[in-house]
Amino acid sequence: MDIGKIDQIIDKHDGEASSLIQILLDIQSENHWLPKEALTRVGEKLEVPMSRIQHITTFYKHFSLSPKGKHEVHVCVGTACHVRGAERILDTVQEVTGVGAGETDPDLNFSVETVSCLGCCALGPVIVVDGEIHGNVEQAETAAVLTELKQAETDEVMQQCACE
Amino acid sequence: MSRIKSPAELEAFRKEILAQRDPDKPCITLCSGSACNATGSGKVAAALELEIEKQGVTTEVVSRRTGCHGFCEQGPIVVIYPQGICYLKVQPEDIAEIISETIKKQKIVERLLYVDPNSGERATLEEDIPFYKNQKRLVLGSNRKIDPRSLEDYLAVEGYQALTKVLFEMTPEQVVGEVKDAKLRGRGGAGFPSGLKWDFARKAPGDQKYVVVNCDEGDPGAYMDRSVMEGNPFAVLEGLMIGAYAIGANEGYIYVRQEYPLAVANLTVAIEKAEEYGLLGKDILGSGFDFTIKVHRGAGAFICGEETSLLNSLEGKAGEPNARPPFPAIRGLWTKPTNINNVETWANIPMIINKGAAFFSAIGTESSKGTKIFSLVGKVNNTGLVEVPMGASLRDIIFKIGGGVPGDKKFKAVQTGGPSGGCLPEGLLDTKVDFDELSQAGAMMGSGGMIVMDEDTCLVDIARYFLAFLSDESCGKCTPCREGIRQMLKILTNMTKGLAKEGDIDLLFELAEATKGSSMCALGKTAPNPVLSTLKHFREEYEAHINEKRCPSLSCKALIDFYIDPEKCKGCGACFRKCPAEAIEGGKKRIHVIVQDKCTKCGGCHEACPAAFDAVNILSGVPVPEATPEEARAIG
Ligand SMILES: Cc1cc2nc3c(=O)[nH]c(=O)nc-3n(C[C@H](O)[C@H](O)[C@H](O)COP(=O)(O)O)c2cc1C
Ligand code: FES
Repeated sequence: MDIGKIDQIIDKHDGEASSLIQILLDIQSENHWLPKEALTRVGEKLEVPMSRIQHITTFYKHFSLSPKGKHEVHVCVGTACHVRGAERILDTVQEVTGVGAGETDPDLNFSVETVSCLGCCALGPVIVVDGEIHGNVEQAETAAVLTELKQAETDEVMQQCACE
Repeated sequence: MSRIKSPAELEAFRKEILAQRDPDKPCITLCSGSACNATGSGKVAAALELEIEKQGVTTEVVSRRTGCHGFCEQGPIVVIYPQGICYLKVQPEDIAEIISETIKKQKIVERLLYVDPNSGERATLEEDIPFYKNQKRLVLGSNRKIDPRSLEDYLAVEGYQALTKVLFEMTPEQVVGEVKDAKLRGRGGAGFPSGLKWDFARKAPGDQKYVVVNCDEGDPGAYMDRSVMEGNPFAVLEGLMIGAYAIGANEGYIYVRQEYPLAVANLTVAIEKAEEYGLLGKDILGSGFDFTIKVHRGAGAFICGEETSLLNSLEGKAGEPNARPPFPAIRGLWTKPTNINNVETWANIPMIINKGAAFFSAIGTESSKGTKIFSLVGKVNNTGLVEVPMGASLRDIIFKIGGGVPGDKKFKAVQTGGPSGGCLPEGLLDTKVDFDELSQAGAMMGSGGMIVMDEDTCLVDIARYFLAFLSDESCGKCTPCREGIRQMLKILTNMTKGLAKEGDIDLLFELAEATKGSSMCALGKTAPNPVLSTLKHFREEYEAHINEKRCPSLSCKALIDFYIDPEKCKGCGACFRKCPAEAIEGGKKRIHVIVQDKCTKCGGCHEACPAAFDAVNILSGVPVPEATPEEARAIG
């Protein structure tokens, strides 16, 4: 991640150490994960020891210390979604993508995360694929959405191979 | 517009806004809360804008994108005022007709109306729909009338009248007194009397004090706070300022979970607008009262909803709790006296000031006053947000407002209070929503999650689910919580896997006692509740799991098997085509057979089998019958 961009984010929060979490959130949303250089830079500028940054980045669930896949799939496993069959939806997501909850595939195509409630409980079960919320999903629909994405990735790889 | 410098200027501005608004002019409101956005409200809004232009009614109609109306299952929702005509599940292609028929010719588009699933009757007006008719929307009511990003809209519904009254006509003591008299209790879970808490913070020694809004809303399955924050942020701001004036604070913080981006966005706009008009900042309305607000996004930790953790998180630290006392009212943010309340609590304040403590305390029960918003979700027909007066019965909420359980399934339990709460059975459906009554019944008011479960929901699994959630969310600081939850979870997981042993129930009770009695914060102290309440009301389900390795709800995967009844199978092949694991042996006009060791128990075959045949059975606690031999599988 570009150091200039990180500095910009830090400046936006007036470089205050109490804004550490807010700064990390902004970097996470910009870059989808927190690379070591970014954390080092934040530590230097805010004069916060790395141990505290590590404590925070591992304490809060939203932070990721490893790169995310191109497509991010969030499966809500909150109570409302749970009683409406979220577990089966999660199974389907794992089957189709081959990626378990909390994991990313080695090709960095998919990241799968579980979340506890997105506040769309009335539409449960809910999944979010690349930021788009799908409500009242069934196994078949989930599979269809993800298979399409997966196919697109495979096509792209095939095309690249053909070119070479 | 420049800064408004006095109450007189504010009233003049309000008059000017109202004068520009013709109450008889058709106003099309479109719900644009997160749920409706997910069902396509954005596209409907675009179509609306286009069509108003195209059909040449720009001057004859006003359109407004509002916050959540509550009936999320039926979104996107369009309501046309002044009549209150309510259209549900509106799609972009419906808009042309709405304009050409309803706006131009005052004709109703029948197919977009609510249809009662039982009587088949349609309801034209919002207030005729049973879901709304049986509610009392004092807090949520404005959501459907205002654009959450418009200060003008908020002023048009009496916004900032309460603040003016407080700043110019009341002393801080009087404000605290009014909230005390209203008998308002906190909506964040514990139900602590708000006036009393304000009084502690007001009397606490110190010049620097803070007020905080708790919008962490960690209860999975609840979204009341999100909808209030998204739909009416100015009301929360106004409530917060009144509280700040009462306790003597000049700085406020709003803690919003980052999973709620729209709430953060709307709130940020509201703060900017309020600053621009001088309703935040220095010398507000010329009263000498200064107030500023900062928004802090949570980064995903349930424990940060707990007040001491939240304050640590606000300081930029990990959100671990501190032992109380000292309470935040004495030693809070940066060691200063701090008053923290839930979103809904704050949103009640302007109303209490405007209408008076007597009005508020006339609603509800002896010990619980006013209304409460619930997120009515799960296995219920009308899911969404419902606001009812305290004292309404669970039965009325679930059946009158919620329309009961879908399909021909039977109601089994309702869960309130989130991970700290409990499950109540059918026999307790007449329990009233009241802080004390719900606690006595073994559940809890909590922040307002109300999850309905039907006969297919396994309550041992629900207890396991909540403990899995809490085990994940326990901060780990104190041992009883960290280890107690983990051990209970282990036992419950074993039960759902058919690995439970005799004596496990006793062990659960013992662990529950220890965790309850010796954890540091309320996360651990209340963590055993989901286990204890299900054990109390549904003990036979536990016993079936332990003694017979049977899941009565046919839901625990490890305890069920799918089996095709050879007498009923017609060889149609529907299950064969659906099975993702290739675990079904079929063939034309042949009895289909599930190969048990290939079956992943996804349930696809059960869903696929035509209802007329109903040949796929789910078995639990009994061995799967021998498969029909290959040579005997031909049908007819
Ligand atoms: C584990 C835990 C989670 C909590 N989560 C929330 C929450 O998400 N929102 C909330 O308003 N209060 C939550 N609370 C309650 C707060 O600690 C605090 O009591 C509340 O914000 C006070 O506001 P009130 O008096 O207006 O209810 C939680 C408490 C605990 C122990
Ligand atoms: S429980 Fe899934 S969105 Fe709330």
